[in-house]
Amino acid sequence: MERVPLERKVLNENDRIAAGLRERFAQHNILCLNLISSPGSGKTSLLERTLESFDRSERVAVLTGDIQTENDAKRLARFGFPVKQITTGGTCHLDARMIERALFDWSLEDIDLLLIENVGNLVCPSSYDLGEAAKLVVLSVTEGEDKPLKYPSIFFKSQLLILNKIDLLPYVPFDIAAAEQNSRSVHRDMEIVRVSCQTREGLAEWLAWLDRKRGALRSAAAAAAS
Amino acid sequence: MHEMGIANSVLDAVRAEQLRFPSGHIHKVGVRIGELAGVDPDAMSFCFEALVRDTELEPLALEIEFCPRRFQCHACGHSYAASRDDFACPECAMPDVQFLGGDELEIAYLEVEDGARAAGA
Repeated sequence: MERVPLERKVLNENDRIAAGLRERFAQHNILCLNLISSPGSGKTSLLERTLESFDRSERVAVLTGDIQTENDAKRLARFGFPVKQITTGGTCHLDARMIERALFDWSLEDIDLLLIENVGNLVCPSSYDLGEAAKLVVLSVTEGEDKPLKYPSIFFKSQLLILNKIDLLPYVPFDIAAAEQNSRSVHRDMEIVRVSCQTREGLAEWLAWLDRKRGALRSAAAAAAS
Repeated sequence: MHEMGIANSVLDAVRAEQLRFPSGHIHKVGVRIGELAGVDPDAMSFCFEALVRDTELEPLALEIEFCPRRFQCHACGHSYAASRDDFACPECAMPDVQFLGGDELEIAYLEVEDGARAAGA
């Protein structure tokens, strides 16, 4: 028996497609963000509040993933921006090929910000690179403050933690300081915002974070062009 | 449960490599799974066995090397595997550490019958 070293990524086909997407996003100066959470944490609500805050002239597009139904795309389409539903038909995560397929009839020249809402799942989406600039994890206060310890992969790989439904804090036994500490014990430099999509508390902070990221990309693009 | 897809990707790689070693049989594939990879080793083994059963790939074993989170201390240079809730260096307690690994999802090696490589080359 001979041992032959292989040393390749298991998901190298996905990574190859994701790298191609990342290159196309860079060419068109698109900020692509991949939103991940468990089902019902409020990704779609956060996107609703986000889209409604934008002027119609903003070049924003959304891909939203679910196992079944077009419900989320319907909810998000009413803000007037391009929205496309990806129904995976059973698959518990989005992969790079689904993104590539979904983008085939969109002209990337017309997009500055691409928001991807992943399938509700804290485990599997963390393994699949979609070519995004950053993964964002949404955790709602009706879950548990130990979620970052139970699902370290996604908290480790996400740049920003969005703690949602903070309007419910008086009614649920959720220790928000412990949640933040737990997430930083998995990912020391985690950025964190606290929001409520109902009362709109904290949304300004989230939108400012988004603005900073978009500004940084524009500055980098301008510097590269000059 | 995406371990089925992950196991399938491993088998795709094995099939591709089998074409390079047509005269030999690949008996084992070694996979590294990091603590932060989001892949459960037991579920992965279960899916792998189910996918291999009654195919031309039999007998094909899976060996999983589980890789904990690893850090190196900037202050004293010590490398260590971190406990679940503490990054700090166990030697000097400094929190300024660099991430070394623990998010692996890699195929490390194949075990092929003797002589297969020469025959396949």
